[in-house]
Amino acid sequence: MTLTAPVTRKRSALTKGQLPKFAPYVVLAVALVLGAAILALIGFNAFGWGVVSAILFTLGLVAWSGVVEGARKAKDKLATCLVVGAFLVALLPLVSVIWTVLVNGIPGIITPGFLGTSMNGVTGSLDNKAVEQGTKVLGGVYHALVGTVQITLLATVISVPVGLLTAIYLVEYGNGRPLARAITFFVDVMTGIPSIVAGLFAAAFFFAVVGPGTKTGAVAAVALSVLMIPVVVRSSEEMLKIVPNELREAAYALGVRKWRTILKVVIPTAISGIASGVTLAIARVIGETAPILVTAGFATTINNNVFGGWMASLPTFIYTQILNPTSPSNPGPSDQRAWGAALVLIILVMLLNLAARLIARIFAPKAGR
Amino acid sequence: MLKVDVTTNSLTTSQGAGRAGDKVFSGAAMTAGCLILAVLFGVALFLVVQALPAFVAPAADIQGGQGFAAYIWPIVLGTLIAALIALVIATPVAIGVALFISHYAPRRLASGLGYVIDLLAAIPSVVYGAWGAAFLSKEIAPGYDWLANNLGWLPIFQGPASATGKTILTAGIVLSVMVLPIITSLSREIFLQTPKLHEEAALALGATRWEMIKMAVLPFGRPGIISAVMLGLGRALGETMAVALVLSSGVLTASLIQSGNQTIAAEIALNFPEASGLKVNTLIAAGLVLFVITLAVNMVARWIITKHKEFSGAN
Repeated sequence: MTLTAPVTRKRSALTKGQLPKFAPYVVLAVALVLGAAILALIGFNAFGWGVVSAILFTLGLVAWSGVVEGARKAKDKLATCLVVGAFLVALLPLVSVIWTVLVNGIPGIITPGFLGTSMNGVTGSLDNKAVEQGTKVLGGVYHALVGTVQITLLATVISVPVGLLTAIYLVEYGNGRPLARAITFFVDVMTGIPSIVAGLFAAAFFFAVVGPGTKTGAVAAVALSVLMIPVVVRSSEEMLKIVPNELREAAYALGVRKWRTILKVVIPTAISGIASGVTLAIARVIGETAPILVTAGFATTINNNVFGGWMASLPTFIYTQILNPTSPSNPGPSDQRAWGAALVLIILVMLLNLAARLIARIFAPKAGR
Repeated sequence: MLKVDVTTNSLTTSQGAGRAGDKVFSGAAMTAGCLILAVLFGVALFLVVQALPAFVAPAADIQGGQGFAAYIWPIVLGTLIAALIALVIATPVAIGVALFISHYAPRRLASGLGYVIDLLAAIPSVVYGAWGAAFLSKEIAPGYDWLANNLGWLPIFQGPASATGKTILTAGIVLSVMVLPIITSLSREIFLQTPKLHEEAALALGATRWEMIKMAVLPFGRPGIISAVMLGLGRALGETMAVALVLSSGVLTASLIQSGNQTIAAEIALNFPEASGLKVNTLIAAGLVLFVITLAVNMVARWIITKHKEFSGAN
């Protein structure tokens, strides 16, 4: 054995035994063609083509890698294919849901008066007429929009002070006391309360305090607050925690009281994160259906009084229009209204999510130059 | 930006006001914290009070006529079946997605892709329900026929398959889509916390990426994955609309591809608006059962997370 022999062998080991860079593309092209051929035999559809091609691609690449690179590399390739596949699978329902809502919702939303009228006076016979004579579908979501905005606003008014103060207690006063630890634990547990149980709680509470059968927008707002408070606490707590301690200490050193330090130094520093957390919390509860269903009932007319009478909301509107169409013999118009309302609701939620991101960016504390 | 207002004229008056302010403020903060505990306690208390009549009522008065236990038992099982289906489907996919975002996707894309998955969580549950009822169940019905014809000897795939596709399996699939973002985001957080040194050590020893994940990331993340799955279970147990709209409910059946079965949350949502008298109490009692189940699941999950936190903090 000469000294140089191992060196040359090592060099060749580096270059050989690897798939060429273009290997995945070749396998993909072959898989797509083969997939199309197989699908052509049993009836072509795009979804099946994608699935069959993906399986063929994985098998092909892993087999080739196994022959050239050995079992370990082949296993690595298989894992990569599965992980990427999992991500693509997760995207399917997202795309499908958004596509379904867009396709079904746009006819509803472009009907004149959809956003401006309520369901007051819209009866089954009117819907039947719309189907038989092809006239425009009457009725809209105005009453539901009014209800959703009022209920969500009231829930926000209840949740934000309670949630923010609790977060302040946990961060500024708690420092590991048993009470603070108990609150942290139960806030986490509260995050997991099923929404319908929150609704039942509000209903049971008002049944016991005000009287049986009490169903108003305010009851729904209480139910939503139960869901919203833990979210507000968690996000505000995170934001208050990342305020640098130097800022607090600087304020204390200047002789500022703790409460003024919190109000004037800590909260202004964290306000962007807190505001975006609150916006996300609103986005979460605005789409809740079950708690409103058991607390506010459903109305077909505009109710501007959140403290009296049944109230409609967008989610319950969708639910009732699908489950109990206005005209049982012709559910088409009801479906159209339901999908239109679903589109409005999704747009609202997406706008809120977008607003949360913008708030976080715009009001973020400026770093020193 | 951070202006501190210390321009007070008199030290003594400002101190007096400041001291009172301190007391008021810390008191308010503590009250808010206690209010949360009170609310959670109140949830339990009011549910128990309103549920009590259903527990003590004569068996014949409860819906079904055989007492509360006979009423609640099938829908508890139905709830567990639906949640189990959701977890079986969602867990592997969610872990794959979390790994993709934390270890496979290009760094620059990773946070954007995470946001895309979070969008799944932003879509309201009633929209998922409508999607499941109008789109998914129709598309999936032929698949159920195939299952009934080819795997019909398994009790869970016993035919005849539902022609509308509105079965507990469809509901479970919709639920799995809804719990996916929860499991994903929590697992992703844990995977990102894996000590970089462990990963780099594995890679330096010649491990492939998958071997590195198997040896460094997954063992580190196991408690996190378990608690993420538990939290997903909590969500799946309590989810209402997906089941209420998708499932055409009925008595407890073993077959997943026939119509039948019912979950607690859907049972409440479907019946509560028109309920009166003892029926209201029965439904609230059902809600109490659901509350207890999800509370137990969530507490175990949180307990695992806290234990894990201490562990990783010591690292």
